Amino acid sequence: MKIEVRGLTKQFGSVQAVSDVSFTVKEGELLGLLGPSGSGKTTVLRLIAGLETPSGGDIYIDGKRVNDLSVQDRNIGFVFQHYALFKHLTVFENIAFGLKVKKWKPAEIEPRVAELLSLMSLDSLEHRYPHQLSGGQRQRVAIARSLASRPSVLLLDEPFGAVDAKVRQELREWLIRLHDRLNVTSLFVTHDQEEAMEVSGRIIVFSKGKLEQIGSPAEVYEEPATEFVARFIGAMNILEGQVLNGVVKIGSLEFPASNISDHVHVQVGFRPYYVKVAEDPHRYRQPATLRHIYFLGVAYRLEIETGEGLILRSRMNKEEFRQYRLEVGQPVSFAVTHFRFLPQEGISFPSSASSQLFDAGPLTP
Amino acid sequence: MMRRLFIGSVWFYFALLLIGPILYLAVQSFDEGIAAFWREVTKPEALHGFMLTLEITAIVLVMNLVFGTITALVLVRQHFAGRTVLSGVIDLPFSVSPVIAGFMLILLFGPETILGTFFGTLGVKVLFAMPAMVLATLFATFPFVVRELTPLLQTIGTDTEEAARTLGANEWQVFLKVTLPMLRWGFVYGATLTVARAIGEFGAVLVVSGNILMLTQTATLHIYQSYVDFNYVGANAVALTLLAVSFAILTVLELAKAKSAAIVTSAN
Repeated sequence: MKIEVRGLTKQFGSVQAVSDVSFTVKEGELLGLLGPSGSGKTTVLRLIAGLETPSGGDIYIDGKRVNDLSVQDRNIGFVFQHYALFKHLTVFENIAFGLKVKKWKPAEIEPRVAELLSLMSLDSLEHRYPHQLSGGQRQRVAIARSLASRPSVLLLDEPFGAVDAKVRQELREWLIRLHDRLNVTSLFVTHDQEEAMEVSGRIIVFSKGKLEQIGSPAEVYEEPATEFVARFIGAMNILEGQVLNGVVKIGSLEFPASNISDHVHVQVGFRPYYVKVAEDPHRYRQPATLRHIYFLGVAYRLEIETGEGLILRSRMNKEEFRQYRLEVGQPVSFAVTHFRFLPQEGISFPSSASSQLFDAGPLTP
Repeated sequence: MMRRLFIGSVWFYFALLLIGPILYLAVQSFDEGIAAFWREVTKPEALHGFMLTLEITAIVLVMNLVFGTITALVLVRQHFAGRTVLSGVIDLPFSVSPVIAGFMLILLFGPETILGTFFGTLGVKVLFAMPAMVLATLFATFPFVVRELTPLLQTIGTDTEEAARTLGANEWQVFLKVTLPMLRWGFVYGATLTVARAIGEFGAVLVVSGNILMLTQTATLHIYQSYVDFNYVGANAVALTLLAVSFAILTVLELAKAKSAAIVTSAN
């Protein structure tokens, strides 16, 4: 079932938690609401669920306006960050709770609960109490409970926030598989950009109660719509400068900006993997000094300092790193191969100004 | 060495304050034989005292459970002006002498006051009767249930109740199937403390009851009266019986606790 939100606004006293947010969750989609804590993403989820009343705007589930429907009548499944299991009930009773309340017959409840237990790999745990389960098992019980009465949409609030890193990874993969299988329209909240990228088909980025960008993980990563998104998703080098004669000159770095009028202040952003670094000080045009080497597991991150004191981050794969035998403090050369002007409030750039390819010099000497 | 000293001093402290007096009371109760003990405990004045204490305790327990739950829910869940003041005032009975509490009731319901006149014209006797005794005991026991429930409610939060709502439960179902069961240990402890205190209440009840034999004389007042009348065996026997009741209540509580722990471990 489709979820649609139009002009959603929520005010808590003098605090504007959500301001004028509109988006659509497509039928069967798994969509991630991403933002730092306090950005209003959980409030949006609670508004859709009916746990909060909006100050303005409309919510539609499956084309039907649900603003005036109580949480009980919205037919949603909600998964809480800290499980919110009924501690005095067994796993079986927890999952059956909603079915009993909705007056299912015992003959229907038992097979449904059994089905969910096996779907969630919780077989043989049905007589346990929540405190006898691991964090991952508890969260699976919570998901099973929310799915029991076949809700039209599933809302998950930081579903993996309370478990350790390893279990979190397992649960993520497991949620993706579950979603592939059930295909229930799902909306989940997270502050972890990696989790949002990995789990969701599309991401909505929130900041300060406002929607910053909606898009696929790749779009949000490669074409951040705002400076906030650029900074929040992945690592990015961001430099500030002024356009002069069609060029932004920051230190010895030059970024062509022919489409932008002179004297405009701009922000130039480029991902670390667009900063090429070589051991040979003459390989690339720009000189710098290697300041730090961070091992990231899959690659290395290098921190270099230019002659003017600019600190830039670069990403280097292991093979390249092994060839160079780099050491902290040694002189290196570098080039920025791609960059983009970051959209700023109050300034709109011609679309061609963003995402251009910039050849920073010959890759071979 | 230090360890032994500490353990020894704890034993000494307990012996001096608890074990000694209880043993002495037990011995003294049977000073004139079991028959005398039985006679004192079963004589009409004593039985009446037990019954009256039982009635007051039962009424006070029910009222405390109902209003204590409501008060705790309001204090934790509702944000209103004067909430902190109210929260502070709840502990007042702990710091006010029961005699003063009784005295306040006398002033409030005396024949000269508006309330006293009002109830007088209705023909309801408040002072030197059951209503005042219940009020006095309520005053002394009111904080127990509230104080047990408020921290529990704070730790539980509202997630679980919200979860029940998302599953389709209406407010009554949420309250009966989720809120109350989650508070059950708070109720058990609150009720135990209330009962123990209600059985033992003396000062406030003495002031408002008038201590009328066979009418407003509770078990503790009977003990006091027997003692004043130099009937030591009577005083000791009833006291020992009350002590046994309190001890039994505590034991049941401990057993229930152990049982719930056992269920938890065996299921593991």
